[in-house]
Amino acid sequence: MVKEIERAGIPVVHMCTVTPISMTVGANRIVPTIAIPHPLGNPALSLEEEKAIRRKLVERALEALTTEVDDQTIFEV
Amino acid sequence: MSYKVVHYINQFFANIGGEEMAHVAPELREGFVGPGMALNTAWKGEAEITATIVCGDSYFAEHEADAKEKVLAWVKEQKPDMFIAGPAFNAGRYGYACATIANAVQEELGIPVLTGMYEENPGADLKNKVLIVATANSAAGMRKAAPVMAKLALKIMKGEKIGASAEEGYMPNGIRRNFFEKEVGAKRAVDMLIAKLSDKPFTTEYPMPSFDRVAPNKAVKDLSKATIALCTSGGIVPKGNPDHIESSSASHYGEYSIAGVDDLTAETYETAHGGYDPVYANADADRVLPVDILREMEREGKIGKLHDFFYTTVGNGTSVANAKKFAAEYAQKLLQAGVHAVIMTST
Repeated sequence: MVKEIERAGIPVVHMCTVTPISMTVGANRIVPTIAIPHPLGNPALSLEEEKAIRRKLVERALEALTTEVDDQTIFEV
Repeated sequence: MSYKVVHYINQFFANIGGEEMAHVAPELREGFVGPGMALNTAWKGEAEITATIVCGDSYFAEHEADAKEKVLAWVKEQKPDMFIAGPAFNAGRYGYACATIANAVQEELGIPVLTGMYEENPGADLKNKVLIVATANSAAGMRKAAPVMAKLALKIMKGEKIGASAEEGYMPNGIRRNFFEKEVGAKRAVDMLIAKLSDKPFTTEYPMPSFDRVAPNKAVKDLSKATIALCTSGGIVPKGNPDHIESSSASHYGEYSIAGVDDLTAETYETAHGGYDPVYANADADRVLPVDILREMEREGKIGKLHDFFYTTVGNGTSVANAKKFAAEYAQKLLQAGVHAVIMTST
């Protein structure tokens, strides 16, 4: 799906936990996330802490979208 | 003397449980477990599974280094003649685990390996490194897959020469094997042409390599003026799943308005995805689709606007062809709506 969005001309960032699958699929901007059932959360933390982590991940995704890349790039958090 | 085989399977095939048990750490069991029986039967005593390693798919994906280390240590201790993983059919994380661990055993321990999966499984990406038998896309294909894998494995253990991929049933791995065709090239070409012209099935002898890569688009210049859309393969839908998106092998996607929505709650949203434990996403769907954070950023002026609609489907066992079709369609809608960038989340 990321590839079709990219093909349409819209920059896209893929946020996912299993980044090797994202590489195989052909995403160009990739942000690794926390866990498969809760990529952007962590139920072990308090709601405030969880939100802070989510915010950090989304900020990283936005950074990825504003960064020029030539090739598939993983934006580590 | 019969050959010794170590078999790797996931929590599902070991009968431990489905997604809710995908977190289980690797364990070593004596003898065969689950699908190992079909392999043992096919070998008729010439080879035998002496140990089975069971590992949860999420555990492997999330703790790859640790899982690898444990599995390698056990395999080393067992000194098998061969290591077999799966078959994984179209289970993405399982296929990835099978191919990755088989590759590690082969490279680090020098033990021959074999796995099996559906050709669209992301694990099949390693087919040039690891011998992978092509299987059907669901476990219903076990009866067909097991004898093919057993036969090929036995050949390898006996040190026999293995034939071409088309004869042995493995995925083409870039290694050419010479053999004599029964018919001359001219006849085969004419037969193929006639089949093609009359819309009958035919198999090319020289498939074109497919490198379907799309070059990255230019970065967003000014986030504070950009409209950002959220999309997901994690199956987030309004509570009650109004469009009945299937929990696996989705046949359609959903388009839902989030205009005026500040936060996804347990009362308003849930996941339709049947391929991961839904407890966390059902309690707070922002954990998969971060509407709360993007709304905050919109208010702060960090982004121009969060797009009024999000697009969602279930990525569980959904065919590549369908996923392509869904996204190609909604990407046009996003374009027409003037969306500047997309955040896609996956579980």
